[in-house]
Amino acid sequence: MKLTGRRIYQGKTEGEALVTKDSISFYGGVDPETGIVVEKGHELEGVDTTDKILVFPTGKGSTVGSYVIYQMAKTGKGPKALILQECEAIVAVGCIIGEIPCVDQIDTSQITTGSKVIIDAGAGVVEVE
Amino acid sequence: MELTNEEQDMAAGKYGKATQKAMEILVTLGDIYGAKRMIDITSVQIAGVSYANLNEPGLEWLADMAVDGKVRVFTTLNPAGMDLEEWKKLAISEDFAENQHRVVEAFGKMGVITTCSCTPYLYGNLPHYGQHIAWSESSAVCYANSVLGARTNREGGPSALSAALVGKTPEYGFHLDENRQPSVKVEVKTKVEGTFQFGALGKVLGDRLGKKISYITGIPKASVEELKSFCASYATYGGVALFHMEGITPDRVETIPSETIEVNEDDLKGAMADLDEDTEIDFISLGCPHASLAELEYIAKQLEGKKTNPQKEVWVTTARPTKQIADRMGFTKMIEDSGAKVAADTCCVVAPIKGRFHGLASDSAKMCYYGSGRNKFSVKLMSVDECIEEALK
Repeated sequence: MKLTGRRIYQGKTEGEALVTKDSISFYGGVDPETGIVVEKGHELEGVDTTDKILVFPTGKGSTVGSYVIYQMAKTGKGPKALILQECEAIVAVGCIIGEIPCVDQIDTSQITTGSKVIIDAGAGVVEVE
Repeated sequence: MELTNEEQDMAAGKYGKATQKAMEILVTLGDIYGAKRMIDITSVQIAGVSYANLNEPGLEWLADMAVDGKVRVFTTLNPAGMDLEEWKKLAISEDFAENQHRVVEAFGKMGVITTCSCTPYLYGNLPHYGQHIAWSESSAVCYANSVLGARTNREGGPSALSAALVGKTPEYGFHLDENRQPSVKVEVKTKVEGTFQFGALGKVLGDRLGKKISYITGIPKASVEELKSFCASYATYGGVALFHMEGITPDRVETIPSETIEVNEDDLKGAMADLDEDTEIDFISLGCPHASLAELEYIAKQLEGKKTNPQKEVWVTTARPTKQIADRMGFTKMIEDSGAKVAADTCCVVAPIKGRFHGLASDSAKMCYYGSGRNKFSVKLMSVDECIEEALK
């Protein structure tokens, strides 16, 4: 299945999808040293996002979250690409400075956790196997 | 977004790598929020200065940008994690101090004025009505939009730095007339007085209305200090960047909203009760947002000739230029002779003090929020006079 959205930051990669219906606050909600979601009551609480294609509705919380995304990108923790319904400034800036492929305006309900995803963020294209 | 020739050159890297990265950030944000063009800005204020928030990778990113990046407009910084000169007096570790200095040096290399304060409007980064700016400290954004009538979105650290390097910001959000109109009217039916009560009012409105733009009536007068406390609290609890206060906000309102809520004495008391935990106070924080000269003078005169309880740590946080004049006027000495500390460049929200104290007293509702969430202290919101009484007890 091929889904088309909008490029936030370019790059091609592939990996396993990790999908949540909850929005994500990277500052305080994800541990930058491990890539594990730590927000209390979050659908992904305790789940490691490292090397996953993280699929979620939108970002929220403090703008320091951009630096958390950057820190994970530089240390090899956290997701290798992001797919969102609606990207906002915190996630967009984090992806640009961390150079993580990112696409939004995707119907994320079409993707399930564990499925293989190929992403060409520059073209805004997401292929789900 | 339509870019001018110069902007296209910046995006293509003809003005260096940092400017190219900055354009990439600004153009992406402009696309996300539907901006049609970039607009000139007159000043920038950058948050994300404390090493406690940036950590090593954040610092590396700034150092990368500083290789060839230079700001094109007047730019100042938010508080750092320590007093840049007298950090030892605040018991900051050598390691932290060294890293914090590297952060400030990176900004300085880019031409940023490294006065670290959340109240830039008190010492020369003062926009006037209608000017477009790119600020990031949430309380200052709220003050600039609502009290000064300047226009800014709530920028993050990297987007504010990008705006500084390019001298422009994408035109969306609060830069446009149509996004600055109120949608709910607030009738304040009780007397609100003092920084702590204005902070409590900010919490009431933030909790109840979130980001809705409010039109507030029933505040016949408010000092700069009360307004900065209100802005800090309202932005913290509601995430707001703009409100209209009748008689204060210079923006013209086209239609006063028909949806109306009332705030009475019980609402205000409820907010204060939420910030009144049963605890032994061992830390007293004044100067959130950064104390004005008038506040330093008042605190100095209350503490003159007295001694604070040595079991209690008292910080009065302010901007460096304010402290320098307070030094000259003898206010700093009056405060420090009592055992309290005047700390410039930093604040209790961003300093690395987690675990050092248990019970916090402050006249700032914003400080109470971060004291309890980020630093796990029990908190008490009090008037300035009650904070001073607590310090002396």
